Amino acid sequence: MTALQEGSQIDGFTLGSCIHAGSRASIYEVRRGPPGGAVSHVPLIMKVPHQAAGEGAADIVSFEVESQILEALRGLHVPHFVAAGDLARQPYLVMERVHGHTLQQTLDAGASLTVEEIARLGAAMAHAVHAVHQQNAVHLDLKPANILVRDDGNAVLLDFGLSCHAHFPDLLAEQAHRALGTPAWIAPEQLFGVRGDPRSDLFALGVILYQLSTGELPFGAPRTDKGMRERLWMDPRPPRKLRKEIPPWLQEIILRCLEPEAAKRYPSAALLAFDLTNPDQIRITARGNNLSGTGFITRFRRRLKASGFHYLPSPVVSQQISEVPIVMVAVAHQDVREDTLYSLRQAAARSLGTRPGARLACVTVISPAEASIQRRTLTALQLWATPLESSTHQMSFHVLVSHDVAQALLDYASANDVSVMVLGAATHGVKTQRLFATVPIKVAMNAPCTVILVKQTHDSERNKSNALGESNA
Amino acid sequence: MRLALLSDIHSNIQALEACLLHAENQSVQGYAFLGDLVGYGANPGPVVERLMQLAQEGAIVLKGNHDEMAVRPPEAARTMGELTAKWTHQQLSDEQRAWLDALPFTHRQDTLFLVHASAHQPEAWHYVYDENGAQESISAAAQFPEVRHVFGGHVHHQALYFRGVHADLMKFAPQPGVAIPVAPHRQWLSTIGSVGQPRDGNTDAMYAIFDSDKWQLTFHRVPYDYYAAAADSRSAGLPEYLALRLEKGR
Repeated sequence: MTALQEGSQIDGFTLGSCIHAGSRASIYEVRRGPPGGAVSHVPLIMKVPHQAAGEGAADIVSFEVESQILEALRGLHVPHFVAAGDLARQPYLVMERVHGHTLQQTLDAGASLTVEEIARLGAAMAHAVHAVHQQNAVHLDLKPANILVRDDGNAVLLDFGLSCHAHFPDLLAEQAHRALGTPAWIAPEQLFGVRGDPRSDLFALGVILYQLSTGELPFGAPRTDKGMRERLWMDPRPPRKLRKEIPPWLQEIILRCLEPEAAKRYPSAALLAFDLTNPDQIRITARGNNLSGTGFITRFRRRLKASGFHYLPSPVVSQQISEVPIVMVAVAHQDVREDTLYSLRQAAARSLGTRPGARLACVTVISPAEASIQRRTLTALQLWATPLESSTHQMSFHVLVSHDVAQALLDYASANDVSVMVLGAATHGVKTQRLFATVPIKVAMNAPCTVILVKQTHDSERNKSNALGESNA
Repeated sequence: MRLALLSDIHSNIQALEACLLHAENQSVQGYAFLGDLVGYGANPGPVVERLMQLAQEGAIVLKGNHDEMAVRPPEAARTMGELTAKWTHQQLSDEQRAWLDALPFTHRQDTLFLVHASAHQPEAWHYVYDENGAQESISAAAQFPEVRHVFGGHVHHQALYFRGVHADLMKFAPQPGVAIPVAPHRQWLSTIGSVGQPRDGNTDAMYAIFDSDKWQLTFHRVPYDYYAAAADSRSAGLPEYLALRLEKGR
């Protein structure tokens, strides 16, 4: 491999100045074509590792992994892949240069963020992470330096060198199950070589949220395996103890992400984003109010449990997160028949599935002229949903104000990564049905998710189906 | 060069034609058949005829244990395969049997090593079901230093074996239709599945395409008329179990 410098040519790319020289790789500005040629519209960068290919060299394997995964990922939450060099000849990776600030830069600036800013950044990160999980990849090395916030507020994840994609052989996996990650942000299960659990990324997001809230790392930056293992049983100091203005709901969110057992964290990043954007709907437990951390007994129990942790291969990532859906049910607030409401409730209950952790968002749209009935509508919505209450899933209630019912429902579904939307096939009115029949059609055609259209059954049929349901049970 | 890899056709002409059509639409430039052209299925004659024609056009064709059995069927049949071997033998012409008998066990070309079962004692038909079997095969193929890709059939499952950070081989279950990078700075071993007798609960035929320009391996699943294949099996008077196996994919 020849030494690279400004003006060097690689496979039709011309190198610009070196913008970052790290221990493992250097990053150059780059453009297509010979020197002096036209400047392309999309600014590009080239990442060049410092080591040549060969089996076993961990750094180059990590580079190989990043090239593979970045090429497979799509969307605005990852840098756009342009080209990769032959690993044996001249390894490099050309990608879009994303403009914005990394969260590390935000932290380094030292400005104290408001609770609203933390929630907004957190939701942006969680949306980006969910977008990657939906494409069957887990990042596994999330930290403030690897999260960039674009000028439009969207987060972009960088550096997929330790990531894992369910469609490709995991080149970094090994029988010895050594921990791969950055000590301050690594999830407990990663210490045992578990790769491919999306909830590992949620732990890292918890560490980042803790940093953004308090300016400190919840578990420090340990240098030894023993130091890293402390997070299996030790609690971080409650964020509210370090900074009084942190509200209980934010502490609830952060500490839920930092649960040592993956099953006690949010089951998907979409659910985390949901809570960060709907803080008034969070059920606050002792975790959110606590100022002293857990007691000795709990820590001791965790320590015993941790000794039984062991490696398990993970199922396909997108399957794991699709089992904990965000179900949205659109309930009309006027001119709606009792049996329609009943059928909607049945369909919503079925859509929540069997795995704990799913969330039900009950949504009604009222027109701006009806703004005065907002509170009353919310109460009616809560009353309607009472039979759906359960300890295994959370519910929330939202009255949206808009002239365009269908658009309001669609916007809500995409902003909250809704997985399934349930609505009446002829919802929103019997009298006005002719006018509003287009709502379900527009929603079904444009929805970013599965749509279940519920047809009302007539009273007699409902009774019949009730009886059938019981005899089948 | 885009090379279609097909194995374990087992006299299933419907599955073979479906895979050949699929491969043609994927603009492949060559074909390699990794053995077990016959056995179990109802159309040994048409399958062998088609493959003899493809071989004349340059296709690589290797011998499998069922092909060997069809040439010299055992007197007393102990397994379903041996039972159909005698029937298959009768369906084939002398010329077809001679052609099957003359097929090679392995084929080497650049980084490729093709074999029906294992590169370790190819004529002993060792099964490559796990990392140990794969290790044995890959070690045997490594006597040729330029070999990086060992591809075989025999086990009727699609799997890719690769090396982790340390020397251990690891098994990977591929997703159909996804192009997996298999760059030649590593060693790879794959069992490419069965065209004519899938056994994983999915009735679709299996095959793979190896692209030696892009260094990618793509596994495919191809739907075909398995009712027709099962009907042929029944009307040929073969055991009902074999027809059901095609209808259930296991």
